[in-house]
Parts: sequence; C-alpha cells; structure tokens
Amino acid sequence: MAQHAHSEIIGMQPEANWITRAPTLKRKAILLAKVQDEAGHGLYLYAAAETLGVTRQTLYELLLAGKQKYSSIFNYPTLSWADIGAIGWLVDGAAIVNQVPLCRCSYGPYARAMIRICKEESFHQRQGYEILYTLSHGTPAQKAMAQDAVDRWWYPSLAMFGPPDTESTHSERSMAWKIKRFGNDELRQRFVDMCVPQAAVLDLTIPDPALRWNADRGGYDFTPPDYAELMAVVRGNGPCNRQRMAHRRQAYEDGAWVREAAAAYAAKRREPVHA
Amino acid sequence: MPEDSPLWEVFVRPRRGLAHSHVGSLHAPDAAMALRNARDLYTRRQEGVSIWVVPAAQITASSPDEKDAFFDPAADKVYRHPTFYDVPEGAPHL
Repeated sequence: MAQHAHSEIIGMQPEANWITRAPTLKRKAILLAKVQDEAGHGLYLYAAAETLGVTRQTLYELLLAGKQKYSSIFNYPTLSWADIGAIGWLVDGAAIVNQVPLCRCSYGPYARAMIRICKEESFHQRQGYEILYTLSHGTPAQKAMAQDAVDRWWYPSLAMFGPPDTESTHSERSMAWKIKRFGNDELRQRFVDMCVPQAAVLDLTIPDPALRWNADRGGYDFTPPDYAELMAVVRGNGPCNRQRMAHRRQAYEDGAWVREAAAAYAAKRREPVHA
Repeated sequence: MPEDSPLWEVFVRPRRGLAHSHVGSLHAPDAAMALRNARDLYTRRQEGVSIWVVPAAQITASSPDEKDAFFDPAADKVYRHPTFYDVPEGAPHL
C-alpha cells in the first residue's frame, strides 16, 4: 500500500512536466485535473496504509530515505507531448488492469480506496487515448510523434505487471492473503489482449514483431519485457530515479514552512484568550 | 521527526435528502483547513453538497473484538420484527 501511495505521488512528476507546455488551454486544464487526481490517489492510499498503525510522517521519511519504493515506470522521462497520451493509454491502462482486482481484495480500507481510484482512472486512460488518436489522425509528423511515444512506453508498461510469477518475490504471500487475486503473467496477458484492438483503432503499431494471435490459447503471443532492465530500474538505475527523488525531497523541504505556519496558527487559535 | 497533524474523518452528504456518510480521512492542522482539504480531496467531481469533518480522536467506537458480546442482547429478540407474527388469513391492511 505504501509503495502504491508513493507511486501516485511520484507519478505526478513526469506528467506535471508538460502542464505548462500543453498544446491548448483545454488540454492544460485536463492535465492539471489529472495530476490533481494523482495527488488525491496518493492521499487515499496513505490513509489506508495508516489504518495498519504507521504514521504518515514515517511513510514520507521511508520514501525520502529510499527505504520504500515506488513504481519503476515513473523513472522514465516524458520527452514529447505524445508521451502524455501514451502514459494515459498504456501506463494508466496497465494500472487499471492491475487495480480493478484490488477493489475486491481482502483488506477493506485498501479495497475502498481502490474503488474510488479506479473510477477516476478511467478518465485518465480515455484522455490519453484521445490525445494519441488526435495525433495519429493529424499531420505525418504528429503521427510519428505518437508512434515514437508508443514505441518507448510499450515495454515499460508491460514491465509494470512485475517479474514473471516464477520469479516474483512477494506474489505468493500476497495471493495467499488475497491482497493480489491474479498472477502477474495473467494480468499482463489480459493487458496485451486489450491493447491490440485499441492500437488498431489508433492506427499505431505495437513495437513487437512477435505479436500474433494464438488461437490455441485464445490470446496474443508477445515478447516479454526485459526483466533485467526492470530490476535495474527498481535498484535505482533508471533514466530518472535520482531526478525524481531529488525533486520529491526539494518539494518536501520547500513545503516545510507552510506546514509549520499552519501548525503554529492552529496552536495559537487553540490557546485560551486572556482578557 | 515532526509529528503528524491531527487526523480528521470526513463525511459527505451527496444530495439533499440523503444523510452524510463517511468517505475517508485526512490530516490537517485545524478544522478550517480540514474542511478545505476535504473539499479538494473528496468532492472533485461534485460528489457532495455538504461536508462534515470530525477529529478522529473524538470518535468513540465499539471494540471489534467484543462485538459478539456487545450486540448479543438483540440476538434473542426476534419478536421485534414484524415477520415474527402469524397473520390470520383474511385480515386486511396488517
């Protein structure tokens, strides 16, 4: 839960990168709303984690000290506006496939937070898909930009489902406790099967020459993501790990005076008034 | 390590005619900020027309471990339900 909460908070960074450069006022307002939602998701999940007895402050410190992690996907850079589309379609799409089963997981506070989050995520995915559709039906240069974004985000999105079940360290326990209800590989397959027809409508190509329908299995065969790369990013060697953490620390420190001022004001108001 | 600001439980009334229901919790230094933060956190999509924030520390709750004993007095009083009674055939409006 803590890792999930941290992911929502760090996940604001790659997208916030494009708020000031959104192509229209409408897109800018939408992106602002989306980033605000991510902050909200982080807060629902922190509150859920706190029901197990940990304080918010401890969770913050564990993230800032690098002792708790966040999803590796946010360690990839957003190089073009089309990346905002690809994140919405693929990254949020993968997150939805991961998260929908969590709405019925065994821990009530987590499940309730996930129900609220899943409702909001579907707007995120659709706005991303709309961005890509607009680009892919625009000029050749816009279409190329959309294709480039999909090329870069496809495999990191597949990696979001984690290592194969045979190598996943926590899966067995999470499944036994009914926190996780489906294996990593099963969810990854579900995601690929959903994306193929969606990519066709976009008129964009999924960057996998091995991708083809397997009638025997009733699913698509595909090239798995590079799990060695995933593990390297998890260990801190992705393109943006240091930048993301530095930015989070800076934001935390820059906000300190606001928290102190609000606390001082509240304390002053609580003091009895002497005539 | 700085301490967390107080925890508040948030209740939202979705529409006129419905009761406030619990939607979640948040941290805030005082009631006014709790209310503003609750608006931003729990009603971004017009989910409510009224919000209550209550300091979590002010809530007295029954203990989950003692729920069997606590609710036991009601268990053997099925006669409180209308379905307990046999209505003779032909008696209208009962």
